[in-house]
Amino acid sequence: MRITCPNCGERDRREFYYQGDAVALSRPAPDAGLEAWDDYLHNRENPAGDTRDLWFHEAGCGAWVVVTRNTATHAVLDTALAERSPR
Amino acid sequence: MRLQAPEHTVDFTFDGRRIKGVLGEPVAAALLANGIKLVARSFKYHRPRGVMSAGSEEQNALVTLGRGAQAEPNVRATTLEVAAGLEVWSQNAWPSLRYDVMAVNDFVAPFLAAGFYYKTFMWPRSFWEKLYEPVIRRAAGLGALSGENNAETYEKAFAFCDVLVIGAGPAGLMAALTAARAGADVILADEDTAMGGRLLREHEQIDSRPAREWVAEVLAELDAMPNVRLMTRTTVTGAYDQGTYGALERVAGPRMPDKPVACFWRIVAKRAILCAGALERPIAFPNNDRPGIMIASAVRSYVNRWGVVPGKAVAVFGNNDDVYRTARDLVVAGVKVVAVIDSRDGEAVVTGNRDDVTLGGDYPVYMGAQVIGTKGRHALQSITIRHKGGTRTIKADCLAVSGGWNPTVHLTCHMNGRPTWNEEIASFVPTPDSVPGLVTAGACNGTFSTAGCLSEAAEVAAQVAGGLGLKPKVTVPAADDAAYSVTPLWAVPGKGRKWIDFQNDVHVKDIKLAAQENFRSVEHMKRYTTQGMAPDQGKSSNVVALAVLADATGRGIPETGTTTFRPPYVPVPIAAMGAGGQGKGFAPQRFTTSHQASVARGAPMIEAGLWYRPSYFPQRGETDWRASCDREVGYVRNAVGVCDVSTLGKIDIQGPDASALLDFVYTNKFSTLKVGRVRYGLMLREDGHVMDDGTTARLGETHFVMTTTTAAASQMMRHLAFVLQVLRPDLDATVISATEQWAQFAVAGPQARTLLNTVLDQEIDDKSWPFMACGAVRVGGVAGRLFRISFSGEHAYEIAVPARYGESLFRILVAQAEVLGGGPYGMEALNVLRIEKGFITHAEMHGRTTAYDLGMERMVSAQKDCIGKTAAARPGLLGAERQQLVGLRAKGSDHALTTGAHLFERAAAETRENSQGYVTSVCFSPTFGTYLALGFLENGRARHGEVIKLRDHLRGISEEVTVCDPVFFDPTGGRARG
Repeated sequence: MRITCPNCGERDRREFYYQGDAVALSRPAPDAGLEAWDDYLHNRENPAGDTRDLWFHEAGCGAWVVVTRNTATHAVLDTALAERSPR
Repeated sequence: MRLQAPEHTVDFTFDGRRIKGVLGEPVAAALLANGIKLVARSFKYHRPRGVMSAGSEEQNALVTLGRGAQAEPNVRATTLEVAAGLEVWSQNAWPSLRYDVMAVNDFVAPFLAAGFYYKTFMWPRSFWEKLYEPVIRRAAGLGALSGENNAETYEKAFAFCDVLVIGAGPAGLMAALTAARAGADVILADEDTAMGGRLLREHEQIDSRPAREWVAEVLAELDAMPNVRLMTRTTVTGAYDQGTYGALERVAGPRMPDKPVACFWRIVAKRAILCAGALERPIAFPNNDRPGIMIASAVRSYVNRWGVVPGKAVAVFGNNDDVYRTARDLVVAGVKVVAVIDSRDGEAVVTGNRDDVTLGGDYPVYMGAQVIGTKGRHALQSITIRHKGGTRTIKADCLAVSGGWNPTVHLTCHMNGRPTWNEEIASFVPTPDSVPGLVTAGACNGTFSTAGCLSEAAEVAAQVAGGLGLKPKVTVPAADDAAYSVTPLWAVPGKGRKWIDFQNDVHVKDIKLAAQENFRSVEHMKRYTTQGMAPDQGKSSNVVALAVLADATGRGIPETGTTTFRPPYVPVPIAAMGAGGQGKGFAPQRFTTSHQASVARGAPMIEAGLWYRPSYFPQRGETDWRASCDREVGYVRNAVGVCDVSTLGKIDIQGPDASALLDFVYTNKFSTLKVGRVRYGLMLREDGHVMDDGTTARLGETHFVMTTTTAAASQMMRHLAFVLQVLRPDLDATVISATEQWAQFAVAGPQARTLLNTVLDQEIDDKSWPFMACGAVRVGGVAGRLFRISFSGEHAYEIAVPARYGESLFRILVAQAEVLGGGPYGMEALNVLRIEKGFITHAEMHGRTTAYDLGMERMVSAQKDCIGKTAAARPGLLGAERQQLVGLRAKGSDHALTTGAHLFERAAAETRENSQGYVTSVCFSPTFGTYLALGFLENGRARHGEVIKLRDHLRGISEEVTVCDPVFFDPTGGRARG
C-alpha cells in the first residue's frame, strides 16, 4: 500500500503509523456532554466505502496526515495535512 | 535418455544415488534423462508418482533439498537447477521410495474417501487430540522442516519502475520492448532461468526464422537499454494495493554461500502488464497418475529445450490440436510415437511440414477415442484405449496428455477480482480492470497463437506507454498464427480412480461425493475434499475440479464459479519475506554510553524496550542477585549511588506556546512553573486513564525539557505531534526528541551533593540548588544540566552532559561514589527504592488506572482543560468501588509476595468473584527487612491497617498482608528536601 504524504510524496505505508478515524480532529468542548464524548472516544462507523483516517508519517517528516480511502477497493482518494484539514 | 550426449556434466545425488546432469537444467530433466521415473510418493495414499510438468506448477515431483538445518522441503524438481554436489531426497516414503510401508493406504483407499476422518474419528471425543490427529498427521504429508535454525541468508529488496512486465514469453518480450523503446523504465520479470517462455520450448517461427533467434535479439536489445531491468528466476507472486507487486527471486543455487538463497522483492510500478502465459491442464481418466504420464507441453519442453526424452514409446492423448504438435516434435526428435488419441470426433489434423520432415502417417491416430486405463506399478507400461472399433491396449512408457490450456489469471484475482468464463477456449480469462493499473496480454488473456501474442502485447504496451505520456511506436514481426481448437473433456467415464488434484490425492469420486453430501458451493467442495489446498494451490486442477462439480450438480461452469485465488502464486519462504527480521534485525539493540563500563563490571544487562540496562553490579562473594541489590539499595539510603537514566525519553519543547502545550497535555499546570524549576506531571489519555508520567524542567521562559518513561518515549513524541497538529494547531510550539543527545545519570543518597561538588566546576549548595531546581552547570569544562529530582526518596540529582561525554562522566561519578562508600546501582535496586517510596511505573500505569485510582486526582487542575479531564469524570471512574493504589506489607522477611497475585478479604473464599484487587509490584526491602508490594484494592484508601489475604494461584502462594499507605519510606519527604 502506498500513501502520498503531502510533504514527502508517495511512500510505502510501512513509513506510517495508523491511528484511526479522523473523528479525532473534532474534539468536543469539555461541556459537550457524555454522549458527544462517548461518540468521540468510542463510537466508530465501519463503512464499506469511503473513510477518513489519521496516519502519522513517523518514519518520515512527522506529519499527521488525513487519508481519505475506500475500504472496499483500497483506493487512496486524497491525503492532506491534519494541521490544515477541516475540523 | 538424451537426444545428444552433453559436452559437460556435473554430479549430484538423488536419494544418495549419483546422477549426471547438465549444469542449470531442471533436476527433473536430469532424472528423466537417467531413466528415473519414480520420484515421489503422493500425499495421502503414498501412490508412486513421477515428473508431470516442466514448471512451477508441478504437482508430483516435490523433493527435499539438502539435509539437516538447511534442508528445504517441497522443492519442485522441475524448477530446481542442477548444480555439482546437489543433494536431492525424495519425501513422504519410508523406508524407501520403491518400498514404502505407508503405501498400504492405497489398498484401504475405499475407506479413506474425502472427509473420511470427519466421519470416522468422531468418538470418543478426547481421542481426537491425543490419538487420531497425531496418527493422521504422521501418515499424511509431504516434506518436513528440520526444526533447526537455518543459517542461510535471505534478502528483501525494493524496486520502482514505470512498467512492470510479468512473464517473458512472446507477449512479455514484445510488451517490454515496445514500452522500453518508448522510453519507459521497465522491469521484465520471469520465473524461468532464461527468458523466452514457450518460444524456448516449441518450434516456432518469427520473421521467417527460428523464434529463438528473435528472442536472443530482443533480449540483447533490452539488455543494452539503461531503462530496462531484466530479472530472471523471479516469480511475481502477488498483486497488492497501489501498484505494489511481490516477487520472489531465487538468487543463489545451492552451495553458493556468498549469495542469499532468495530475495523477496516489493516492486512498485506505475503500470503493469501481465503476460503470465497459460498452463496446460490434465484430463481425469482411470489411473492417470502413473510415473510416465505427463503433461504434453512438458514433454515438448524436455525434448525441445533440454534434449531429454521422457520415454522410448510415447502415446499422445488430448482434446485439442496440440496433440499433433506434440507428435510432430517427437517424430522430429526421432522418438517413436505409438499412438495419437484425439478425443474429438472428425478428421485428424494434418500439421504440415516442418523443415525437411514430412509428417502424418508415421503413427496411428485414433479419433473420438479416450484412454480408459493404464498399467505399470512404478512406471507406465501400457495404456488401454476405447475407440470406435472397440478397446485396445498399447505398450507405452510415456503418455503425453493435453486437456487444453488455462490462462494464468491468478494475479488479476489477487484484489478480489473474479475471472470470466470463455466458452471458446473452455477456460477462464481475466476480467478487465480487476487490478488497478494492470492490463493483460497474450496467453494469460486467452490469446494462444504466437502472432496473436505479439500483436496484442505490442498494442497493450503502446497504450500503457501512451498513458504515461510517452510516444510509442508499434512494430510487430510476422509469426505463426496457428488456430487453437478445443472440445472440453474433463473426466473419462469408467471404473477406477481418476485423479484431479495429484498433490492432495483428490479424484473425481471425491468431488462427486462432496456434491452428493451437499457441499455444492465450490468453496465448500474445496474444503471438504482439500482439492486445491496443496502447495500448488490447484494451479492445474482447479478448472477440472469445478467442471466435475458443475457436472455433478447440474450447473454450468460459470454458475459454479471459481474459488478465490490468493497470493502468493508460488510458495514463498517466510525467511525471504521476513529477511533481516531475525534476532537483532527484529529487535535492534540500543546501548547507553555507560554500557561498556557496566558490562566490564559484570552487570547482567536486561532489556528495557530496545535499550539494555544493568540489572545489578555483582561483587566478589555475593552469591545471588539479591545480595547485590540489597547492597546497592544501601548505597543510596546511606551513602551515594550512581545510575544511568539516559534511556528515559527526553523531549525538547520550545516556542511561545510551550507552556500552554504542557498545560493541555498534563493534568497539572506548567505555565505557573518558574524558570529553573522542575515539576512532576501526570498525563492522561483522552479516555481519562493515565498514559504516562515524568518530570518537566523549565530551562527558559519558552524552553522546557520533558522526561518520559523509557518505554513510552516514542509514543509521547507521537502524542505531542498529534496534539500540536491535530487537536491544537493554534499553539506555536515545536517538539523534538533529544533522548540520544544527552547522557544522564542519577546521583542519589545523603552524600549526593558531596559527590557532585567533586566534579562540578562550581560548587552547589542547598540555597543555589534546592529540591526541584534545575539549570546549567559545567563539568570539567563541559556544558551540562543539573536537575535536583529524586526517584528514590533521597537527596538526589540527575546530571546530564552531551552523550559523547557520557562514558567518562559515568566512570568519574562511580569512582567518586566508591570513595564515599557508595557505587553504581542497577535496575533491581532502582525498583526497590521506588517501591519503598510508593513511586509508580507502568506496572501501575497499565492503561486501566485513573488519576483517582492512583490517589492523584488532586493533580487534575480545576483551572484548565486538559486531555482526558472530561472523560476522567465519567460515572464509574470515581468512588469506593474503584480499586485504589495501596501498599501491602508482608509479615516478615521469609514471607515472599508475588506480582499478579489476587487480593481477598481475610475470610473470603479465594475465587474469582471474591477478588478485590491484585498486586502490581513487589520487592524485598532491605530497609524494612521484609517484602513490600504495591497493588490495587477495592476502596483501598479507606482500608489502611486491615489485614487481607494475598493469593497467587499460579505459584501456589498464600500470604496475609497488611494494607497501608503506598509510601512506606519517609512519608513526609524530608530526606529528599534535606
